Amino acid sequence: MSDLTKLTIAAARDAMRKGELTSADLTEACLKAIDEAGALNAFVHKTPEIAREQARAADARRGADAPSLNGIPLGIKDLFCTKGVPSQAASNILEGFKPEYESTVTTQLFASGAVMLGKLNMDEFAMGSSNETSCYGDVVNPWRRGNDDAALTPGGSSGGSASAVAADLCLGATGTDTGGSIRQPAAFVGITGIKPTYGRCSRWGIVAFASSLDQAGPMTKDVRDAAIMLQAMSGHDPKDSTSADIPVPDFEAALTGDIRGKTIGIPKEYRMDGMPAEIEKLWADGTAMLKDAGAKIVDISLPHTKYALPAYYVIAPAEASSNLARYDGVRFGHRAKLSHGDGITEMYEKTRAEGFGHEVQRRVMIGTYVLSAGFYDAYYNRARRVRALIKRDFDLAFEAGVDAILTPATPSSAFGLGEMAEADPIQMYLNDVFTVTVNLAGLPGIAVPTGLDGQGLPLGLQLIGRPWEEADLLNVAYSLERAAGFVAKPARWW
Amino acid sequence: MSIDVDTARRVAKLARIKVEDEALPALASEFSAILGFIEQLNEVDVEGVEPMTSVTPMRLKRRDDVVTDGNQQAAVLKNAPDAREGFFAVPKVVE
Repeated sequence: MSDLTKLTIAAARDAMRKGELTSADLTEACLKAIDEAGALNAFVHKTPEIAREQARAADARRGADAPSLNGIPLGIKDLFCTKGVPSQAASNILEGFKPEYESTVTTQLFASGAVMLGKLNMDEFAMGSSNETSCYGDVVNPWRRGNDDAALTPGGSSGGSASAVAADLCLGATGTDTGGSIRQPAAFVGITGIKPTYGRCSRWGIVAFASSLDQAGPMTKDVRDAAIMLQAMSGHDPKDSTSADIPVPDFEAALTGDIRGKTIGIPKEYRMDGMPAEIEKLWADGTAMLKDAGAKIVDISLPHTKYALPAYYVIAPAEASSNLARYDGVRFGHRAKLSHGDGITEMYEKTRAEGFGHEVQRRVMIGTYVLSAGFYDAYYNRARRVRALIKRDFDLAFEAGVDAILTPATPSSAFGLGEMAEADPIQMYLNDVFTVTVNLAGLPGIAVPTGLDGQGLPLGLQLIGRPWEEADLLNVAYSLERAAGFVAKPARWW
Repeated sequence: MSIDVDTARRVAKLARIKVEDEALPALASEFSAILGFIEQLNEVDVEGVEPMTSVTPMRLKRRDDVVTDGNQQAAVLKNAPDAREGFFAVPKVVE
């Protein structure tokens, strides 16, 4: 019965509704798969007791009118606060922290019947693109380059979520995306990941990184599952003042696969110098697939694209420096041992030096610098102006009739863990070059696996949609998924 | 812009992160590299463009000014590294 964990959410849901499968069996299969996959280091806090209890409750209410995720075992990124369960954002500064409350997104998932298998590894405070900044250690990608057993990154920051879904440890996982943290790892492991429009999912109870950019979203085995899970995660929440008070359409019902008459934009600025030929071909193939499906393909220009990463590396660290000020050793988490005569300032400084990893410290200090007196206008306000121009580029494209935009998801396939250790931080930041524009403009974006590179590693394409039109975006992604027919799975070695 | 060791020390102090003196030169050079990358933004003509405050065109919601929660002292203090007599405890602040 080990194949149970390979089921999609939709298939498991339908089998449970027909009485052919119990959540108890499915959950046990996932718990076993997790225990056997220690080498991936994806699950960092396992919650088998909670999972079994939720599965029992789900089996007791199953039937045609059971909620949408009834009995579906999921993994939860460590960034989400889960009541009574460690929620550390993969940081030593939150060691031992067990929230007294539940995030809105996980509350909604549980209300929809979902089962929590445990918490998933990630980059510390979601700052990273390779899951190498985690206090729990690196996550390993279940994919390998042919017969080479070098460990590869699953991407980041939602690397544990990506690895767990790709390795069939859970049926789906939550992720969060501030600059590409759902879409880049999804592409690196051959799964689907959607970042919805800013404001679609409540941020309440999700450890904040950069509040004007952070959005939660699902990471799943296919587009249909993404639609089902996003539905359960979405909706207005009075506890998040940026949460949108607008109706959530039926995302799964939108999946007709019919995209005739849709206009797909191909932005010329995403054709980067030195782009690998395989990525060029993937993009051209994806364009042809959408054209064959009846979409109209148009070349578009998003002229401020090249300034997205530098703007992001002002805005995100600025917001992070402010958000992470709360980790002061007073109310929760780690407090440094003090020497005789140390006062409150020494307590703050030692606590934060011990608790934050190197990348987090660097970003907090960059953020502090760009917000400091004399530099606020030159850096922070300028970056916010550029952000407005980046958004305007997209607005103009949509006004001209574009329904969705097709781009590569990442500039390469998954790279080796440790390979970027000697590179300067900016080389790592370039991983998000195709995804970060979408966060700055607050738009929905989805990564869909569409091919393998010459080393046998998955590659993904990204579709970017109009604000609040995730339903339409998911349908275009569904059409692309059907045309690409990506079915490859990593060969099990763990 | 090139960041010198004194600036790096000042930023670390502002961020309330203890950085040992011997680590400051490397930190300063990392800052310089990142700020050099950021300075591409100076190429953009931003004349007349308002800094973005909200990515979606919506007003922040207001709620009624009423008490909606409370009486949770134990829960609030539950995760404190040091709590005494119903308060967070910290080293002496006032001399």
